[in-house]
Amino acid sequence: MILPALAFYLFAAVLVLAGMLVITARNPVHSVLFLILAFFNAAGLFVLIGAEFVAMILVIVYVGAVAVLFLFVVMMLDINFQELRKGFLRYLPAGLAVGAALLAELGLVISGWVYAGPADSVRAAPTPESVGNAQALGDLLYTQYAFIFEASGLVLLVAMIGAIVLTLRSRKGVRRQVIADQLARRREDVVAVVKVRTGEGV
Amino acid sequence: MENMMDIGLGHYLSVAAILFILGVFGIFLNRRNVIIILMSVELILLAVNINLVAFSVFLHDLVGQVFALFILTVAAAEAAIGLAILVIYFRNRGSIAVEDINLMKG
Repeated sequence: MILPALAFYLFAAVLVLAGMLVITARNPVHSVLFLILAFFNAAGLFVLIGAEFVAMILVIVYVGAVAVLFLFVVMMLDINFQELRKGFLRYLPAGLAVGAALLAELGLVISGWVYAGPADSVRAAPTPESVGNAQALGDLLYTQYAFIFEASGLVLLVAMIGAIVLTLRSRKGVRRQVIADQLARRREDVVAVVKVRTGEGV
Repeated sequence: MENMMDIGLGHYLSVAAILFILGVFGIFLNRRNVIIILMSVELILLAVNINLVAFSVFLHDLVGQVFALFILTVAAAEAAIGLAILVIYFRNRGSIAVEDINLMKG
């Protein structure tokens, strides 16, 4: 009983701390690394609560793809980050005010909520008892939510094509091999047979 | 103490709320740096995912986790497109400061 609680507090504390460091770190590379730490701890929370599949997907997708993408971009662009930190203190009061207001609102919500009576009877897909988390999710995802699943795949495809189209650049003045042009060349277009008489130029 | 050691839905909602506020705070704090703003958006989406998964587990309804997966998909797509836009913007202007982004101002 006490061990899961301690694990929860450990994961939650590190998660909040890492989130805090993401937004305050001086170096954006450190920000990305703290973001990765935050994702790992969120995955730990998910494992603790019994949502293993989402936890693993979180590690694979967020840490493996999104965070590494951030890291690439941060390291690739030659940016003066000190310049970008100017005004950090100027925006601090406004940010604190908005944060405090949001915190008060969410605190009121969290301290005052109750279960609605019919909440249990309107469940869309009650968690099956006998099968594991991944299998239960798969059963649901490939039957009831198959179309939305396909649509999310389409979203990823569009995002991939969009990212490629956006960042692909054709530089001027660079010679490239165009296979089609090479294959379309005919002998008559490029070779001329000239009879040169002896003693005269062409 | 008994209540402290009995982890319920409220605990997870509290963590998610704190993370959400940190994300919003990060957007305010780093108004000039688009990369940190994108990371703050990721934090906000993570908080939303924690909420969905916590409700899903404590209400014994699997749909919350399905939606968490979809949000993950959309977040990945958003990060990819956002960073691609950032890269071409930096290529064109040599800067990513937010106040320099005014090319489309009439």
